[in-house]
This record gives sequence, structure tokens and C-alpha cells, in this order.
Amino acid sequence: MGGVALRLEALSRAREAADVEALIYNFFNLEVLLKVHPLLLKGFWMTIQLCILVVPLGIAGGLVVAVAYSFHVRWLNWLLIAYVDFFRSFPPLVLLILVFYGLPFLGIEVPSLIAVLIAFLLNTASYYGEIFRAGIESIGRGQREAARSTGLNGIQTMVFVVLPQAVRNVLPDLISNTLEVMKFTALASVVALPELLRMGRVAQGLTYNPTPLIAVALIYLALLWPIVRLLSRLERRTMAKR
Amino acid sequence: MLELEAVRKSFGAIEALKGIDLLVARQELVFIIGPSGSGKSTLLRCCNRLEEPTAGRVLVDGVDIVSPDVDINEMRRHIGMVFQSFNLYPHLSALGNVTLALRRVLKMPRDEANERGRAALDGVGLAERADAYPNELSGGQQQRVAIARALALEPKVMLFDEPTSALDPELVGSVLDVMRTMRESGMTMLVVSHEMGFAREAADRVLFMDEGEVVEAGSPARIFESPEHARTREFLRRVTGH
Ligand SMILES: Nc1ncnc2c1ncn2[C@@H]1O[C@H](COP(=O)(O)OP(=O)(O)OP(=O)(O)O)[C@@H](O)[C@H]1O
Ligand SMILES: [Mg+2]
Repeated sequence: MGGVALRLEALSRAREAADVEALIYNFFNLEVLLKVHPLLLKGFWMTIQLCILVVPLGIAGGLVVAVAYSFHVRWLNWLLIAYVDFFRSFPPLVLLILVFYGLPFLGIEVPSLIAVLIAFLLNTASYYGEIFRAGIESIGRGQREAARSTGLNGIQTMVFVVLPQAVRNVLPDLISNTLEVMKFTALASVVALPELLRMGRVAQGLTYNPTPLIAVALIYLALLWPIVRLLSRLERRTMAKR
Repeated sequence: MLELEAVRKSFGAIEALKGIDLLVARQELVFIIGPSGSGKSTLLRCCNRLEEPTAGRVLVDGVDIVSPDVDINEMRRHIGMVFQSFNLYPHLSALGNVTLALRRVLKMPRDEANERGRAALDGVGLAERADAYPNELSGGQQQRVAIARALALEPKVMLFDEPTSALDPELVGSVLDVMRTMRESGMTMLVVSHEMGFAREAADRVLFMDEGEVVEAGSPARIFESPEHARTREFLRRVTGH
């Protein structure tokens, strides 16, 4: 009796060991990682470059939208609201595929990087635009009037008086949106841009092993988590101030 | 120095100013009193075109600032304005508030602007608070910084819209002291205020406004001791409480 029980236990322990081994082999395979790490590094670098292009571009686009809106020209505001509403309700993945696969039918061949930049600019500028607009509207009329009364023109008033305060008021929203934009760069993989996710999938295909995808996930985590921390600290600080 | 000719201002159906004629001579202090909604603020705001007059002319040193081909930003630096709610820039220090227009409108180099800014702060008794931010200053100190901000541009005329109405009673004196000093140094001033004691002592002329019109004008003694119009008498009785 005792012998049987012992053998069963040994068997199940062996199976567990095999499970753990299989888990390590499939998801944390150092050998695979060693082989594909140049690919992942390349993808990581591409993702960083994408962020460096896409985030400032989106912020600049959003600023243009919000500042243009603040002049309260009726037909212009109507256009801007239409733009913002449209792109906020348009799924960015659909937009990207449309730009990349659609424009060639109009005779415009776009490289994947350009397609990504166009789609991201259209999409993120609408979000950043809304955030900046809220910020600008949070600044009282008296601030502008004081600035204008000393001879500053409209643009100077915007740059030196309104925007510094507006940005400070919406900083958590800006960072939060930037976080989203950085995550969205993974969408570029569908148009074969060799960014992190794309390279992870290439590596997975080469090695028939999902370890690279785990690595990709961990890299995203390492990249974004500090920003998440920063954001929650900022949010706590704004809460405390209220 | 400052001349208004048949100035009218309507907000939709509301006629806030029904044809104002006013001449403020060089070095004169003209005081405007009148009930709430009588158009006092609107009149002041027409003097630097924060409000666009519907009709009439506003001349500063002979230049019609309402004319479309006048450079309004260039004109505004000659017309200082002080607001009831101070409207200091919260993101800038006291010195930063005072020097912003010096640097951006007069295009002064930083050192020169700082020097002039410190002198202006010294003039309102706040030399040692130059690096304080508005939220670190009392209301009276904030209003004096606002006065220094306008004075630093060396305006030809100063407009005051209820400069002490937002202040605790014990802080009013410090602001009135600064205004008294300005008067003694020969500044041309147009002041809307309920400080009747100050008007009596410092004003050259007092205007009583009601329903968008100047009802009567004269020396403080005449307006306060022997007002001609029933509306003036009624108003004075209400504000002085007897
Ligand atoms: N931006 C505006 N839009 C519409 N109506 C306005 C505007 N500004 C002022 N008015 C109207 O114009 C009239 C004069 O207002 P104004 O602020 O000049 O009065 P005031 O004498 O300064 O009053 P108070 O002593 O309360 O400051 C009021 O009837 C007011 O409602
Ligand atoms: Mg007023």
C-alpha cells in the first residue's frame, strides 16, 4: 500500500517538474532570448524613436488645435470641434490601416513610418487638443486682460501667461494621454513597422517559442511603469492641493 | 491727455454707455462714482479698448486708440490698468509679473528689465518681496505688485477699477498710500472707487455716473457737499449711510 502511494507521489512530482520545465522552456527560455535579443533591441529602439516622433508631434498638433480654438472664431471652432469629435470616435487601428492600405488606391504610396505618423498625428492631436482646450479654458479672463493691458499681443499672452498655467492645470491628463499614445505605438506592427511588438512576433516565428513575447511585455512594462508612478504621484499631489 | 468723445457701448440690447464725454488733463486725478451697473467699469475698459466702443472716439495724447489703424498693443503700454481682482500671474514671482511686459513688449534685456522691475517694486514698498509668488502675498501686497506692473511701463495715464474693493479694510490704506504717492509725483489718473474719503482728499474732480451717463461732475467739495441732482444725493446718502 505504502509503496503505491510513494510511487504515485513521485510520479506527480515528476509531472510537476516537467510542467515547470515546460513553462520555463516555453515562456522564459534564456537560450531563445539570447538568440533573438538583437531583434528585440532593434524593435525597442524603433519603439523609442516612434515615441520621440509621435508624442511631440501630437502635442504640437493639439496645441495648434487648442490655441486656434481659443480665438473663438465661430466657423473655425465649428471645424475644430468636427475634427476633434471625428478622430476621437475613429478607432486608431482602423485609421492606420485606412491610411496605409487606402492611400495607395489614390495613387499615394506611403511608407509605413509615414502612414503611422499621419494616423497618429490625426488621432493624438485630437486628444491632446481637448486636454489643452480644457486647460486654456480653466484660466480666467482676468489673466488675459491683465496681460493685454500691458501691451502683450494675443500670441504673447497665450505663450507667456495662459499656457504655462493651463499646462500646469492639466499636467496629469497630459501625462496620462502620453502613456496611452506610447502604448498605441504597438499598433504600428500591423503595417509592418519593425517596432517592439513586431520584432517580438518575428522572433517568435523564428524560434517557434513565445518567450520573445514575454520579453516584449516586460520591456513595455519597464518603459511605462515609471511614467505610471510619476502620474500617480502627480495625481496625489493635485488631490492634496484641492 | 485722455479724452473721450461721445463714447457709446452696447452689449446686445443693453446700453452700458450712452454717450460719454470726458477730458482728463495731464496730472489730473478724476474720480468716478456711481451705483452698480452704471457703466463705470465699461467706461474704463473702453479707455484701453479691453471693450470695443460701439461709437465715439478715445484719444490718448491726441491719438484715437479706437481707430482701426492704430497699433493698440503699442498704445496700451502707455495706459496702465489696475483691476479689482489684481490679476497677478500666479506662475510668476512679483518681479516676474512686473518684468514680463518690459521684456516682451519693450524688448528689454533681462538685467535692465530686472533693474527697472525692482525699482518699480521699491516704489510700492515691496523691494524685499521681489521673489515672492502672488499666493505668498497679502491682498494689499498683491495689488501693489499689480500697480508696480503697470507703473514699470511708465504709462502716461493710469486707470483704476475699484482697486481696493477686494481688500480687507486694514489693507486698504497701503494701496491708497501708493496711489497718493503716484498723484504727488504727477501721474494722470482715472479712478473708479467707493473710497469717498480718498476722493475728497485727493481727487481734482468727481464724476457721478448712473445708467450709462455722467449725471454730474465737479470738485469733490461740490459733489459731496452740494450735489445738484436727486440721483446723486440719493446715491451719496446710500453709500455714506445717512
Ligand atoms: N461683457 C458684458 N456683456 C454683457 N453685458 C455687460 C458686459 N459687461 C457689462 N455689461 C452690462 O453693462 C452694464 C454696465 O456694467 P459695468 O460693469 O460697467 O458697471 P459698473 O458701474 O462697473 O458696476 P459695478 O459697480 O458693479 O462694478 C451693466 O448693465 C452690465 O450688466
Ligand atoms: Mg465695475
